[in-house]
Amino acid sequence: MEIGAQPLTLLALLLPFVAAALAPLLCRVLKHNAAWLLALAPALIFLHLAGFVPQVASGRPIAGGYDWIPSLGIRFSWYLDGLSLTFGLLISGIGALIVLYSGGYLKGHAQQGRFFSFILLFMGAMLGLVVSDSFLMLFVFWELTSITSFLLIGFDHGRQAARRAALQALVVTGMGGLSLLAGLLVVSAVTGARDLSMLLSSGEAMRESPLYLAALLLILGGAFTKSAQFPFHFWLPNAMEAPTPVSAYLHSATMVKAGVYLLMRLNPVLGDTAAWETLLPVFGGTTMLVGALLAVRQTDLKLMLAYTTVSSLGLLVMLTGFGSERALEAAVLYLVAHSLFKGALFMVAGLIDHETGTRDITRLAGLSRAMPITFAAGLLAALSMGGVPLFFGFVAKEEIYAAVGVLGVWPVALIMVAIAGNALMFAIAFTVGLKPFLGSRDDMPKRPHEGPALLWIGPLCLALLGLAAGIFTQALHAAISSPMASAVAGMPMDITASGIPHLGLPLYLSAATIALGIAVYRLQSRLRDVIAGALDAIGWGPDRGFDQVLRGLVRVSFAATRIIQNGRLDIYLTVTFVCVAITLLVPMVAYGELPAAPQFPALLPHEWTIVMIAVIGLGAVVYAKDRLTAIVSLGIQGFAVALLFMLFGAPDLSFTQFMVETLSVVILALVMTRLKLTPSDHRRRRDKALDLTVSGSCGVAIGLLLLKVTQLPFDDRLSAFYEAHSRELAHGRNIVNVIIVDFRGLDTLGEIAVVMIAGLAILALIRVTTPDVAKDAR
Amino acid sequence: MRTLIFRTAAPYLTALMLLFSVFVLLRGHNEPGGGFIGGLIAASAFAIHGIAFGVPTVRRAIHFHPIAVSGFGLLLAALSGVVSLAFGVPFLTGIWVSPSLLGMSVDLSTVMVFDIGVYLVVVGSITSIALGLEDREDE
Repeated sequence: MEIGAQPLTLLALLLPFVAAALAPLLCRVLKHNAAWLLALAPALIFLHLAGFVPQVASGRPIAGGYDWIPSLGIRFSWYLDGLSLTFGLLISGIGALIVLYSGGYLKGHAQQGRFFSFILLFMGAMLGLVVSDSFLMLFVFWELTSITSFLLIGFDHGRQAARRAALQALVVTGMGGLSLLAGLLVVSAVTGARDLSMLLSSGEAMRESPLYLAALLLILGGAFTKSAQFPFHFWLPNAMEAPTPVSAYLHSATMVKAGVYLLMRLNPVLGDTAAWETLLPVFGGTTMLVGALLAVRQTDLKLMLAYTTVSSLGLLVMLTGFGSERALEAAVLYLVAHSLFKGALFMVAGLIDHETGTRDITRLAGLSRAMPITFAAGLLAALSMGGVPLFFGFVAKEEIYAAVGVLGVWPVALIMVAIAGNALMFAIAFTVGLKPFLGSRDDMPKRPHEGPALLWIGPLCLALLGLAAGIFTQALHAAISSPMASAVAGMPMDITASGIPHLGLPLYLSAATIALGIAVYRLQSRLRDVIAGALDAIGWGPDRGFDQVLRGLVRVSFAATRIIQNGRLDIYLTVTFVCVAITLLVPMVAYGELPAAPQFPALLPHEWTIVMIAVIGLGAVVYAKDRLTAIVSLGIQGFAVALLFMLFGAPDLSFTQFMVETLSVVILALVMTRLKLTPSDHRRRRDKALDLTVSGSCGVAIGLLLLKVTQLPFDDRLSAFYEAHSRELAHGRNIVNVIIVDFRGLDTLGEIAVVMIAGLAILALIRVTTPDVAKDAR
Repeated sequence: MRTLIFRTAAPYLTALMLLFSVFVLLRGHNEPGGGFIGGLIAASAFAIHGIAFGVPTVRRAIHFHPIAVSGFGLLLAALSGVVSLAFGVPFLTGIWVSPSLLGMSVDLSTVMVFDIGVYLVVVGSITSIALGLEDREDE
């Protein structure tokens, strides 16, 4: 590891956050052209990461980091092997294009600076997620991507649909994040590993553990929610409420792949077991089919793409769990290919929307003359997504069929799923990338014309990359795909697939897929009706289920709040005092810690008189006919106690007690008159008995506690210290005051802050309730 | 409550109590007293004045809102602790100076400033509560 690269890498990881902080300012000065400057941040990160390619390709991962919480052994550390590096390059590379695209897409939007901020924040979180080595860092960045995704989906927060979608995504992926945390804790407990690199070298420990299944299920909970696997897929299409740059970036190219990333990352440790090879293909395959079928049902370009993304994620999960090296290679190739073509197609869809004012496929036609560059980008991306030879998508698909195309019941079932899914995706690819441009132009909300450079530069670059990658496959394999596949498989791998067709089973399967895809494309409108009919017949889906669960949750919380926070002061007080009595009495009785019978002190007559006054005061409180008398009687008891303090040598205490008692009486009387209570007490006999029991137990409990405390041997080191040093250290003879303002000054500072806050709160309380009380009284 | 005797006595009582509260505050370091007690006495004084002459009179007399006085006290107490940082000793360490005033040595300290802060917080908070409650009585 190079020493000089370490601070630079840290800088690269922090750069998106810095750029996010600067974005609003830059945007105010440069308007939408700030995009050119802001795109430099991801571009620089891309270049920095690209510099690692040779070293990583030669099989030496890059590790580095700094101590974060040394006392807990937690480090801020990163680990760059083929897998994380490829992700890092995708995130920063596509990120740069997306920033440019956002510059054009949200041109003139009042909150464009905020949007840049959010998307750069997300970029930083995502980058951190894929390079993280330590578990804690992984989790923190994982949740951070959920939070930034929430902000981005809800960017247009004036609309209810956007708010709902944002909340839904946050709840689903956030809960998945918690599940992931639990899973990582289990893994950490079993293997003792605190970071991924250590875990990867832990061998068979995890697979042989009895906790394997628990850990697997918890981690799958995180991965499946993030990567929108069935039945958690519903949040992803709803997330299309976000502006298109977000959909292109988060919900196709990067964030939703975090789950796949995690599965790939943990494949060497958790993979190769029956559970892994059953759960992943089953959920992945289901997701692929459901996603593709739902995609055909849509008429909105973005929604179609969203469902195919769900479908592609299913395919990736299925391949990751298939259990052969070829399948892992295929997953790697498809992941890269998908990021390129899906990002491009999303941006094309956004571009069409931006220039024509609609995304409805039934209204779009004949745009090829008006938007030639968009057409080129869309077509190239569609060819790659459809898996046409020479394009990178074809390479990936060939590899998929080569991997799955072995005999056996299980592979054949999966191959059927793969062909069906791919054919449907083929149809969607051309519906988005070709159909809007053909035919004669319909009437559209806006007169279509080519978008500005900021808008087409991104999709065109990605689409061309898809072609370039398909042609120069060997160079790409050497630099990117082979190291990534090695990291996923946990052993050196060498990918050889190319974009030139070779005769063999995979090619026949490819041909079948394309033929089927063309058929679906032609029959699309009829198929759409069939699926729509079937969905109507089913009726209920997880999306509605989510709403129902949320409503149920709100109802339960509401009911619970009504019980706990019922607004009745007498119940609050009763509960509080019952708890006080129980906490004091139960341990004392249970552990046999009751105080011994106290020795009665020999008091002088005047001291007895004062004690009697206190007792009489108490009696008067209980027997008082009206409340004012009771309050004043309580004051008498307090004054008597203050006198006792004075007699037994605590002038400061007694002084304070006098003042507190006086003010208490005044304030209580004021409160009582303000609350317009009836002067006399008219509780029922039963209530009185209950109150008497509660107050009696509290009094007995505190009395016993004080007796017990005074019977314990008194450690006078502290008071001896204060006595000895109060004069010389603090220049004061009044020890009590010296303690308050000097020795324990910080405590006092905290206390007076509390006094002030209490004052503030009471003031607010008085102010807030005034009109209501007045209204009720009238 | 507004008897003639009470209203006649109240101004003297208030003035005396305020004076006494300052006396208690300042002597607190060596004799019984201090910011807390002083603050309570002063708060009682304002409460008495409020009962005798109504809240608006007291509010006019204090000029600042009592809770602002409390906030100022908290700020003062916190700032008195910062002084020690300039001398390279920990936060809230007492710093003492003894300048000669009219031939008498007077001990001044950040501790005293801190105690004044405590005094103001207590006066401000309690007074604002008491006045708030009395205020509603006058409606």
